[in-house]
Amino acid sequence: MSFDVARVRKDFPIFEREVNGHPLVYLDSANTSQKPVQVLDVMRAHQERHNGNVSRSVHTLGTESTEMYEGARARIASFIGAGSPDEVIFTKNSTEAINLVAHSAGQFLALKEGDEIVISEMEHHSNLVPWQLLCERTGATLRWFGITDEGRLDESQLDELVNERTKLVSVAHMSNVLGTINDPARLVERARQVGALVMLDASQSVPHFAVDVRALGVDFIAFTGHKMLGPTGIGVLWGRFGLLSEMPPFLAGGSMIETVTMGKTTYAPPPARFEAGTPPITEAIGLGAAVDYLTGIGMDEIHRHEQEITAYALEQLAAVPGVRIYGPASPVSRGGTVSFGVDGVHPHDVGQVLDALGVEVRVGHHCARPVCQRFSVPAMTRASFYLYTTTEEIDALARGLDQVRKVFG
Amino acid sequence: MLDGLYQEIILDHYKHPHGRGLREQFDGEAHHVNPTCGDEITVRVNADMSDISYDGLGCSISQASASVLHELLEGKDSATIAEVHRAFVELMQSRGAVEPDEDVLGDGIAFAGVAKFPARVKCALLPWMAFKDAAARAGVEVGASPEVKA
Repeated sequence: MSFDVARVRKDFPIFEREVNGHPLVYLDSANTSQKPVQVLDVMRAHQERHNGNVSRSVHTLGTESTEMYEGARARIASFIGAGSPDEVIFTKNSTEAINLVAHSAGQFLALKEGDEIVISEMEHHSNLVPWQLLCERTGATLRWFGITDEGRLDESQLDELVNERTKLVSVAHMSNVLGTINDPARLVERARQVGALVMLDASQSVPHFAVDVRALGVDFIAFTGHKMLGPTGIGVLWGRFGLLSEMPPFLAGGSMIETVTMGKTTYAPPPARFEAGTPPITEAIGLGAAVDYLTGIGMDEIHRHEQEITAYALEQLAAVPGVRIYGPASPVSRGGTVSFGVDGVHPHDVGQVLDALGVEVRVGHHCARPVCQRFSVPAMTRASFYLYTTTEEIDALARGLDQVRKVFG
Repeated sequence: MLDGLYQEIILDHYKHPHGRGLREQFDGEAHHVNPTCGDEITVRVNADMSDISYDGLGCSISQASASVLHELLEGKDSATIAEVHRAFVELMQSRGAVEPDEDVLGDGIAFAGVAKFPARVKCALLPWMAFKDAAARAGVEVGASPEVKA
């Protein structure tokens, strides 16, 4: 069956509402996505009918809850091509997943002065600050790839940047600001030559196109539920099982243990080792439902739709006088996230005028301040799309920008 | 609804800011940023408040607010500065419930509408908080120390 955006939108109750007297035009999915009834219903049904704690109850509710929680893990594992569900660790969000690696893999790698971690200038702060802190703790050096004028990862210094001192490389699979999709193939090849681990921040990629961790050949990926039609409070770290099983715990407490005495504790194997305490059970089940929904429509269909919307948006925005787009100008190797500036108008003001017209965009530095600095602006306006975005919404954005220019002209 | 936010007075101050540009002679300086939107401002003052200079990058609300601050506070005595500062902070935290006094706040009354947009209150207060810190570094206590709720 062919992709039908009108039918998709019927699954999202929020599109029935108005904002400031206008139909909602939601162009902020890179920030957080909206939720279909299929996800909301599953979460509600779980709370109403099956609520019990996981992995520790002998009773029926606890068993049902555990089956649903572990079922979600298994479906997420197959969604990203993981070797086994045990490679999928539930976290609070991408940030926690990256911090987990920065702590546990950092300890496992026994980082010291002279070692190097490589990231990029394109990173969200969540894939930047944890590595800065890790380097501060261990004396290792943080280095980074730059960004080209076109908004691509600058790999021209790859062999110098990733060298025998490099222990881990962590970059965005897709930029949350520029929309650039990075192909990690060359980077992975180089990292393998020097024996470095590779992590991808997949927060912006897993929601939007098919990601296969084995095909990518990386060691870790992180992503978050709320950007892929699921709830907040649930994220995923995927890691190679061999690595995970060598890594020490991150957070400690219940559920992550094997045997505890007052003197010494041994730890459970992954994923339990990294899931201390009662996890966000309903949220994990909600994410499982989101994966079912996305799979039902098809990630290739979703990607194709977003490519069309992105091409249309790039064309429409380029036609607005005074608008400058940051990032790749064509939809090739680029996703549905478009950041731009309006000449002479601060993004905060752009966002405010658009909101008055019901058009919801993100403004600011998008938790990626170095990207803004790279393009010499304090902030940007960002429109980001998803499977439910229509060309009419792009038209509303373009009309809104005309209004912005009128107010500040 | 936008008319309440983008008053002509605010847009005028934004497009034609008063007293913008940093001067080299000063007793106290403060640089403040709004980490959520990347707005920045630097304020410099003399201990006797005869000179208040500033420069910044930001939205119309934060930059117009700096211009109004300069107009209202430069060259005033410390009692007046404390009164105006307190009145402006109070207005911004009122969520629109306070009727501003034009005799005290001058063009600052145009910001009454901003108080109804919680996300923008921090923009309007940015230069005022930077000013307060700059004054403190010059040995002048301005007083109002708000909990900024956004």
